[in-house]
Amino acid sequence: MSSHYEAPIREPLVLGEKSYQDISADVAAPVLGKANKSWWIVFTIALIAFLWGLGCIIYTVSTGIGVWGLNKTVGWAWDITNFVWWVGIGHAGTLISAVLLLFRQKWRMAVNRSAEAMTIFAVVQAGLFPIIHMGRPWLAYWVLPIPNQFGSLWVNFNSPLLWDVFAISTYLSISLVFWWTGLLPDFAMIRDKTKSPFQKKIYGILSFGWSGRVKDWQRFEEVSLVLAGLATPLVLSVHTIVSFDFATSVVPGWHSTIYPPYFVAGAIFSGFAMVQTLLIIMRKVSNLENYITIVHIEYMNKVILLTGGIVTVAYATEYFVMWYSGVPYEDYTYLSYGAATGPYWWAFWALIICNFVVPMTLWVKKLRRNIIWTFIVALVINIGMWFERFNIIVVNITKDRLTSSWTMFQPTFVDIGTFVGTIGFFFVLFLLYARTFPVIAQAEVKTILKSSGEKFKNLRAKHGNDVSHVRALDGGPVVEKPVASQNVVSDKAKVDSLLSTIGTFNPDVEEQDDLKLINGVGPVMEQKLHQIGIFTFDQVSRMTDREYDLLDEIVSEFPGRAKRDDWAGQALILKNNK
Amino acid sequence: MAAKKIHAIYTDDDLLLQAVNQTRAAKYHISEIFTPFPVHGLDHALGLAPTRLAITSFLYGLCGLTVAVLMMNYMMIQDWPQNIGGKPSFTFYQNMPTFIPIMFELTVFFAGHLMVITFYMRSKLWPFRKAENPDPRTTDAHFLMEVDVDNHDVETLSKFLYDTGASEISLIENEQDH
Repeated sequence: MSSHYEAPIREPLVLGEKSYQDISADVAAPVLGKANKSWWIVFTIALIAFLWGLGCIIYTVSTGIGVWGLNKTVGWAWDITNFVWWVGIGHAGTLISAVLLLFRQKWRMAVNRSAEAMTIFAVVQAGLFPIIHMGRPWLAYWVLPIPNQFGSLWVNFNSPLLWDVFAISTYLSISLVFWWTGLLPDFAMIRDKTKSPFQKKIYGILSFGWSGRVKDWQRFEEVSLVLAGLATPLVLSVHTIVSFDFATSVVPGWHSTIYPPYFVAGAIFSGFAMVQTLLIIMRKVSNLENYITIVHIEYMNKVILLTGGIVTVAYATEYFVMWYSGVPYEDYTYLSYGAATGPYWWAFWALIICNFVVPMTLWVKKLRRNIIWTFIVALVINIGMWFERFNIIVVNITKDRLTSSWTMFQPTFVDIGTFVGTIGFFFVLFLLYARTFPVIAQAEVKTILKSSGEKFKNLRAKHGNDVSHVRALDGGPVVEKPVASQNVVSDKAKVDSLLSTIGTFNPDVEEQDDLKLINGVGPVMEQKLHQIGIFTFDQVSRMTDREYDLLDEIVSEFPGRAKRDDWAGQALILKNNK
Repeated sequence: MAAKKIHAIYTDDDLLLQAVNQTRAAKYHISEIFTPFPVHGLDHALGLAPTRLAITSFLYGLCGLTVAVLMMNYMMIQDWPQNIGGKPSFTFYQNMPTFIPIMFELTVFFAGHLMVITFYMRSKLWPFRKAENPDPRTTDAHFLMEVDVDNHDVETLSKFLYDTGASEISLIENEQDH
């Protein structure tokens, strides 16, 4: 059908000879299979890091914020750096699932699930820091506008810090329902595929009883679209508001009007870098190279290149404006001659090299499509974006307006431990996710299989754009019209008699076999067998001369074939080898 | 209601779409279709009315905006006006620019969450709810069309459905439906 046409110049997004069944099987495999040794090793390391961080958090809360390396000049340092870093990372997921949905980008479907998971896990890490920094986290509910015993003294709606509370909690919760709604059909697929009663129960609960009715799908698509429309300005607002934390202040280097767009671009930049880091490993470990292809990696590299370019222009603008303003205080801000040559010169140059020099190599197509290089660049960007936030926060405030209060910041083991702990926590969550969740939105990938699958692209290249896509799914020869047997129904008595000896197929408890594996059964014959009600090797293996004759009477096209090829004997071997 | 139904299973979305068109043209009544993924154009082929969820979302968004305005007006202007950094707090209008971020966030919060809750309620989706797809393969790669038998002849209807390309056909009798 021509409705599946896609320009042949576009590279396929699903590689290999995939059918709908194959997609379900490949996505369900990591969930239904067992974890391998490397998963347990990485999980253990992440868990230890998380526990160490938890210890540091408990130490901070029980002793006080004094255990951090803060001083009277630098009142914000690693905690806010880490907070902004994690929130920034949490931007790619919603960008991929929302903005790219609005733009109808098909490549998003293979990566959106994991990117959204990463978003949620990253925002959870981000949310930890302001709560710990409160010192008394059990009073965290004071940030909410609820009546209280102070008169009521309300929260300050003029403050960007409160806007942050609203923005981040809205972002986290909307991302969560967006993610979960998309997960329902995929949980349902695993629920119906698994053989373990425990998994069936768990995924039955998680899938909310999703049945896949046509009306449900219509609503599902509408909800996805509207949520994407809502999440797009939301994702821009979140990092805009994070940038307001700085931009609405009077600190040199912070009170900059380009912060909102520059922060949003930087957030997407770092978010995509983290998606690359995770997916390059996951596609390998979970055998998803046919779905998360080199094309996906290249597309994400292009987004990194664009947002990295925006960030670089912002750096240049900041540097120029600091110099052009002629204000002496501005000469010590994080993008200035003073920063490049001062005591934090290493942080300045780490920023320039990691966020500008190294990502620019992605202009070269060969490097953009090189997986190892992409992985290295992604790691470098993650480090560089951490330094960007460190520079903005620490470098800007170490050089106060009073030279007498100029100082340096020295992190303590608690600062470092808490940060490492959040990385551990993040990976604990992500690794658990990779083992228990369908990591690819398989229902959505199935919708693009015919237009963007390699198999169908080859089919169109060979047989023209009007070729039927129907029979190709069974792997058989392309026929123009579906074969519908005329004589099957009229022979109902014979069919019943045939099935009475070989048994009927119950889809609830049995799984159908690929009957084409039997020598002599082609796609056409298989369809006829299906129409009769024969689906398994077990059924075929019970056939004797009587059933062969009945079959020949029902399906007249291939007389004597079944007996000649000894289908029953073949099926018995296939059944035992299953 | 119609006690007898025929479940016809298809293995391809294009085939299903074609079968739906043929079945509707032959004046048979399709009561339900279960598919593993959203088949483009299926709702249109079935003649389903468009969903109104987007409209509800818009209305919920207006509610969110109203809540934000009323809340901040009460807390910052009426109940306890404060001089914060010299920002004018005598009237809502003057103080409003700093309220815009939260007005936006609450609009999105209400529009998004209430729409999703409405969707879950309308489609009867919640934890511990039992799935109702009659064949577990319909979440994998099979498409199931449920046709009411009504007063049609079962044999003719089955034959008709075979001719539309169904790979399996089964008669469901006296199903205790909902």
